[in-house]
Amino acid sequence: MSRIGVFICHCGENIGRTVDCAQVAQAMGELPGVVHSVDYKYMCSDPGQALIKQAIKEHNLDGVVVGACSPHMHEKTFRKAAAAAGLNPYLCEMANIREHCSWIHEDRAEATEKAKGLVRFIVEKIKYNRPLSNIFIPVNRRALVIGGGIAGIQAALDIADGGREVILVEKESSIGGHMSQLSETFPTLDCSQCILTPRMVEVAQHPRIKLLAYSEVESVDGYIGNFEVKIRQKARSIDVSKCNGCGECTKNCPNKKIPSEFEQGLGFRTAIYVPFPQAVPNIPVLDRDNCALFKGRAKGVKKQVCGKCATVCGRRAIDFDQQDSFITEKVGAIIVATGYQLYWIGKEQESEILHGYGEYGYGTIPDVIDGLQFERLASASGPTGGKILRPSDGKEPKKIVFLQCIGSRDRAKGMEYCSKICCMYVAKHTMLYHHKVHDGKAIVFYMDIRAGGKGYDEFVRRAIEESHALYLRGRVSSLTRNGDTIRVQGVDTLSGEPVSIDADMVVLATAMRPQPGITSLAQKLSVSYDLHGFLNEAHPKLRPVETNTAGIFVAGACQAPRDIPDSVAMASATASKVLGLFSNEQLEREPLIARVDRQTCTGCFHCERVCPYGAVERFEVKDRKGNLIKVIAEVNQGVCQGCGTCQATCPSKSIELDGFTDEQIFAAVNAL
Amino acid sequence: MSTSSQPLALSAGTPHNRSLSAQILDVTGLDPARCYQCGKCSAGCPMASEMDLKTHEIIRLLQLDMRERLLASESIWMCLTCETCTTRCPNVFDPAAVIDALREIVLRENPGLVPRRISAFHSAFLDQIRANGRVFEFGLVASYKLRSGALFADVDSVPGMLARGKLALAPRRIEAIQDIRRIFEQCAMERPR
Ligand SMILES: Cc1cc2nc3c(=O)[nH]c(=O)nc-3n(C[C@H](O)[C@H](O)[C@H](O)COP(=O)(O)OP(=O)(O)OC[C@H]3O[C@@H](n4cnc5c(N)ncnc54)[C@H](O)[C@@H]3O)c2cc1C
Ligand code: SF4
Ligand code: SF4
Repeated sequence: MSRIGVFICHCGENIGRTVDCAQVAQAMGELPGVVHSVDYKYMCSDPGQALIKQAIKEHNLDGVVVGACSPHMHEKTFRKAAAAAGLNPYLCEMANIREHCSWIHEDRAEATEKAKGLVRFIVEKIKYNRPLSNIFIPVNRRALVIGGGIAGIQAALDIADGGREVILVEKESSIGGHMSQLSETFPTLDCSQCILTPRMVEVAQHPRIKLLAYSEVESVDGYIGNFEVKIRQKARSIDVSKCNGCGECTKNCPNKKIPSEFEQGLGFRTAIYVPFPQAVPNIPVLDRDNCALFKGRAKGVKKQVCGKCATVCGRRAIDFDQQDSFITEKVGAIIVATGYQLYWIGKEQESEILHGYGEYGYGTIPDVIDGLQFERLASASGPTGGKILRPSDGKEPKKIVFLQCIGSRDRAKGMEYCSKICCMYVAKHTMLYHHKVHDGKAIVFYMDIRAGGKGYDEFVRRAIEESHALYLRGRVSSLTRNGDTIRVQGVDTLSGEPVSIDADMVVLATAMRPQPGITSLAQKLSVSYDLHGFLNEAHPKLRPVETNTAGIFVAGACQAPRDIPDSVAMASATASKVLGLFSNEQLEREPLIARVDRQTCTGCFHCERVCPYGAVERFEVKDRKGNLIKVIAEVNQGVCQGCGTCQATCPSKSIELDGFTDEQIFAAVNAL
Repeated sequence: MSTSSQPLALSAGTPHNRSLSAQILDVTGLDPARCYQCGKCSAGCPMASEMDLKTHEIIRLLQLDMRERLLASESIWMCLTCETCTTRCPNVFDPAAVIDALREIVLRENPGLVPRRISAFHSAFLDQIRANGRVFEFGLVASYKLRSGALFADVDSVPGMLARGKLALAPRRIEAIQDIRRIFEQCAMERPR
């Protein structure tokens, strides 16, 4: 006969208001096997826990049932208390009479009856609980960071400074991400390059960081503590070990008119190029699509066209025949920091849920640019040397109109979310414009000003009060060409005045979107994502940088629109999670996972096919002489998430979840 | 509050220093850009229900530099200068002072824009002070009615006011009337027509 103790919590008024807790406790006390049953105002408090500990000792309990909130909230708390009193923690369970009862019912009598049922359910189940002990799995104490923007850089540096090795994979030829393109940054207006490039150099020089630029993750296997990652190193057409970054090749490449991605199409680059002078690593990459030699090869021309770069390279580093190569790395944790891209208003969209802005000319009107293009115009190292000039004719715009929420908060275009950062960078743009074009006028169309952050609202007020940007509340209805100006048709909803402006230049604060290809990466990692491809955190409040896959974390704008301070904070948070994980050689985890009965398993491997985590492996049973008897299923303890799909599938009932065996579930159901 | 049929064409790079806002800044030291249109001023204004433009709308039109609409507005003359708006503004802005400055600008630049009845009342009021050093209500009413032509407005409230002793029948002059007259002379105040 069991000796079970039942503890019913009022949760202040949360449960007590609708459930008669004393009555529940009394009824439970009468169940066979229950030797002690009480109620108390706050079970999770210190005195509440003391009640449990004391009862375990006094009544020599062999099972504890706490009727209270969700186990997500406090199961750990109560199991710890039980363990402190010498009871195996897995002999302590919770019945949820708050979320599943008091919060959703009004009738007190009926709610009390339901609460009794819920607690009885667990009382019957716990009679069949077995003592379990935690599982230990080894941890490979190296981390992989995917994406070398400011978030990835910060995470890599923090982990490396914490004493662990990091592999940083960046798909472009240089790290730095979007921050390297920015001119000055809100809310302090310090120069982006000046605060970023030293960190980039630190990455390159750190003894514990292995930087793999121009590389991408090909596949991911394994589980927390034990991932195996295959990485594709794309062919740069340059032997990295020979190149010293002298730049002779880029100087001599005759193909100089290729629109530069880094300059957002406002400047040019050569076919063999370094995206920007401060690039890390400072090694060129050959753009085969635009290289004369490769074009010649593609056309089947016999004689080699061009090849100038190879001729001038003193170190013979250019390798036109280089192929992609692959390496495999073993790591214990992965941080995803792949950042964002900007929405584009054109007709063609990457997904069918998105739509362009016909009313703004689908991106065909000259001198209608986006925020990143404005950053390049304002940047001292940009294509205009920091002068604000119109891309069409190089004239200085005297009247400039900024439009906020382009794509963002626009359900008709497919994005209902707020991009969070544009209010701030538009304010910044008006200030930069004011500093550079003294006699110019900046006009902003906005819907709301979202400037939540330290010093943020003050920053926007400075744009309005000191730089005299004119803020008009409303969305612009249309942009049309009018001579060499752009006619902006809107209304100021604060005054009700219709407004029509002939602007010299229009800057669109377009929505932030996740990187292209994010969904295929997420699938490789088994990380879930939202409708737009932003990666999902495990819990929006309490686990903001973890994902639903143990050992994989998210930082920066790949999770949601983020500014630099947010991205950096997230990155440091992931680093601390990873360093915490790496603080032990072994990882301890709850033993509530599947277990195979080797006697009865017939080796049909239905379980292997249904397991969503790939946790089922094959095990060869051999006799003493080493002859194979049969092949049966075995559960990898590191990978199994305890979902129970296998248990429901196994035709011979040979696989069961510890803590949720058929015996336990049937006993519980029969109690209802 | 929109009444204009033409869309507002924000003039090409109007340098900030030629706008009405800049004039207000000169006179009061207050920059209308400070206002973020919360409306708390209008919410507390005792005259709001009488105004064609509410206090915050006056400030908005300043931000949009809508000079003509503003200077022709009756609202700036309705303001009692009770300064409730000023007391309550979260931006430490002073709408009452701005309205006062707008009146001065109208008087200086285009006195014809002052609504007749309002200008009549102000003149009648000042006449009383000049003559008696204080307000003689009967005299004020009579003078206002003659100037404004609103002869029969509000006559039905006279018996009640008489009964409660609110209307004296003869003026009483203050002792230091000479001091008051000197103030008038020194101000060299023009009587607005
Ligand atoms: C116009 C504009 C102005 C801004 N101004 C400011 C400002 O003043 N202040 C401020 O705080 N913020 C500003 N921001 C926001 C800032 O750009 C972001 O907060 C910041 O860049 C986010 O950093 P991140 O590392 O998350 O992403 P990113 O900068 O996007 O970096 C992501 C990196 O990951 C790489 N990557 C992507 N996919 C893969 C893959 N599959 N494999 C490997 N690598 C991959 C990318 O190549 C890139 O290098 C501005 C943004 C815009 C659009
Ligand atoms: S941050 Fe501001 S501009 Fe950007 S989407 Fe949100 S509200 Fe619109
Ligand atoms: S109270 Fe002040 S800030 Fe608010 S609308 Fe009036 S003047 Fe503007």
